Amino acid sequence: MLDRPPFPRPPERVLFMATCLCDAFFDEAAKASVEVLEGLGIEVVIPQAQTCCGQPAFNGGDWKSSRAVVRHTLEVFAGDDPIIVPSGSCGAMMFHGAPLEFEKEKDLDLVKQTGARTWEIFDFLYRGLGIREWTGSWKGKIAVHSSCHTRGTGTPEAIRSLLGTIEGLELVDFAEPEQCCGFGGTFSVAFPNISRNMGTLKIGNVLETQPDLLVSGDMSCLMHLKGLAEKSGRSLPAKHAIELLRDTMNESSLSYVLANH
Amino acid sequence: MSSQIIDQFAADLDGEVRTSVRSGSAAGTDKRHKVLFEDFPEADRMRELAGKVKQHTLDHLDKYLEQAEAALKANGAKVHFAWDAKAACDEVEAILRQSNAKTVTKSKSMVSEEVGLNDSLAERGFDVVETDLGEFILQLDGDHPSHVVKPIIHKNRSEIARTFEKHGLGEYNDEPETITRRARQFMRKKYLQAEATITGANFVSAESGRMCVVTNEGNSRFGLAGSRVHIALVGIEKIVPRDIDLSLLLNLLGRSATGQALTVYTEFIAGPKAEGAVSGPEEFHVVFVNNRRTEVLASNCREILRCIRCGACMNVCPVYRQASGHAYRSVYPGPLGAVLSPLLAGAEGFPELADLPKASSLCGACNEVCPVDIPIPDLLLKLRDRGKQEHNAQAAADTPPMGAWAWVAQSPALWRASLKSANMLNLLPYEKIPFGPLGRWTRDRTLPAWRGGKFRSWAKNRKKAAK
Repeated sequence: MLDRPPFPRPPERVLFMATCLCDAFFDEAAKASVEVLEGLGIEVVIPQAQTCCGQPAFNGGDWKSSRAVVRHTLEVFAGDDPIIVPSGSCGAMMFHGAPLEFEKEKDLDLVKQTGARTWEIFDFLYRGLGIREWTGSWKGKIAVHSSCHTRGTGTPEAIRSLLGTIEGLELVDFAEPEQCCGFGGTFSVAFPNISRNMGTLKIGNVLETQPDLLVSGDMSCLMHLKGLAEKSGRSLPAKHAIELLRDTMNESSLSYVLANH
Repeated sequence: MSSQIIDQFAADLDGEVRTSVRSGSAAGTDKRHKVLFEDFPEADRMRELAGKVKQHTLDHLDKYLEQAEAALKANGAKVHFAWDAKAACDEVEAILRQSNAKTVTKSKSMVSEEVGLNDSLAERGFDVVETDLGEFILQLDGDHPSHVVKPIIHKNRSEIARTFEKHGLGEYNDEPETITRRARQFMRKKYLQAEATITGANFVSAESGRMCVVTNEGNSRFGLAGSRVHIALVGIEKIVPRDIDLSLLLNLLGRSATGQALTVYTEFIAGPKAEGAVSGPEEFHVVFVNNRRTEVLASNCREILRCIRCGACMNVCPVYRQASGHAYRSVYPGPLGAVLSPLLAGAEGFPELADLPKASSLCGACNEVCPVDIPIPDLLLKLRDRGKQEHNAQAAADTPPMGAWAWVAQSPALWRASLKSANMLNLLPYEKIPFGPLGRWTRDRTLPAWRGGKFRSWAKNRKKAAK
């Protein structure tokens, strides 16, 4: 976990890393992130040259390819502004994975500096900006899946705390929360049988609590779980947790948030 | 369809075995969590401290090994060093022959499994009996442990009852009490008959030369009580600097392994029988086993040698729970084994096990529970990189090659064009593609609609509208 101080006052400008998954499939999560940040009065810059954080190759063991992609990302996100990413997984790649694969490289310092500027969006809102309440309302039961890459980071606490303050929203706990959903990037296609069984167990545990919606700080887990559920004829409504903040955001709630942090 | 060995192993696994492994390991995880955090609300800080103590020891292993040797000798122990597996077996054989020992009782020890001690001694004509109940059952079956703490986690009691019946230990009866009583009757004779006993060691204090052995059945204690000669086989990484370090490590070991505050028996063995003592071995031999540990120490995965063999990582690992310990094709299973086994196999053995580091979703649960805070996922990743660099076919199986992807990902224009053109995927009946990553994905899952470029044009249009 990156141990860093909160911002003394909200930054005027942030760079937004959309992630390749949101770029390809989940534009709604990326849009919601931008809208929440802008709602808080922050200018959001979306570098058009961005591609991917480099994680697929990093996890696949092809560190050479991964470093090439990371170097491109470093260039695209150069500067001093905080980098906000709607994914614990891509965030962890930036502040943990990349420094690991650059251990013996000359640009290690730049990698570390860029990682230190990178925030998973909920961690940014909660720990970075110090927002403790979100005054919107939403009626229903929510299950929160803590993605594995947010283990030991501020994200799980941030998601649960912020969603927990939404009026009418009830958080439900499911069994074996520490167990991985089975996605794991290339793991899901290289170990299809184990991946499916892991996901099926997770879906069972989640559905047991009969939530209206499953949310997470990572679309990748949800893509895998939703895909598995649908294929087996079950329904698993799921979306990025930031969409819930966006959906419950209104002028009065925003002015409250802005006045109180 | 799958060609990764562990995935296939899991797919073929007998349903009964799968259930035993999953429920056994899940129960272990639950107990650990409950007991550890009830007793120590800041357990995570203890884990970090313990990791530092072990890492410090490894960083100065030469010094502590010398200290331990001197302290052990001062206590009256004879100290031997074994460079590899064969040397370890040879040392043990030489000690046994010297003391005319034929029958040997043995406590469960992973390092003895690692060097293949049982087979080696059996070939050389010794009668060696495993005295840990689980390990004894495996010995009867000609099987191997599938967990470092619960060696027969993959067996249920009806299988055990069948084993006992088959080996003449009474008619079929699957009551745990009966099974235990029968094993005890059998072993009692061996304890009285044995001239020598072999144990492992959980820790050796360099300060005092005190060796610590933990068991839940007291079998190591029984072995020591009846034998003239005690041989301890100890991996060189088992050393800790001081006696006081044991307070930290023992508190973590029992809780992490079985959810016990302390194992039922925790023995401290300083040397051979003291003058005037009623029982205990007259000779105490410690065989320090290297077997490529110094090689691991010199590698970029040296942290794995902090391991105190508690098994918490395998208990919590979703892959282990699905696949069982035997899927790892080596002495050490689970996340620990996925790192340690390919390393202990050396350069020539690495290719054979290079797929093990891939058998993880890198979920990090193993790191979270590790009592000595080993960054297992990082080590798995480093070994994946090594596999790729060495062009290992085993490691690469079913992982899509990344070269072309990386090339596109460095060219923003190409990247955006690919994202947009992939929208055509939505028109394809790709769920029917039987091959490749897409095929393997859609066999069990639907793929969401491809929406490449939608976010970017939304962002662009807003900008225009704002102007």
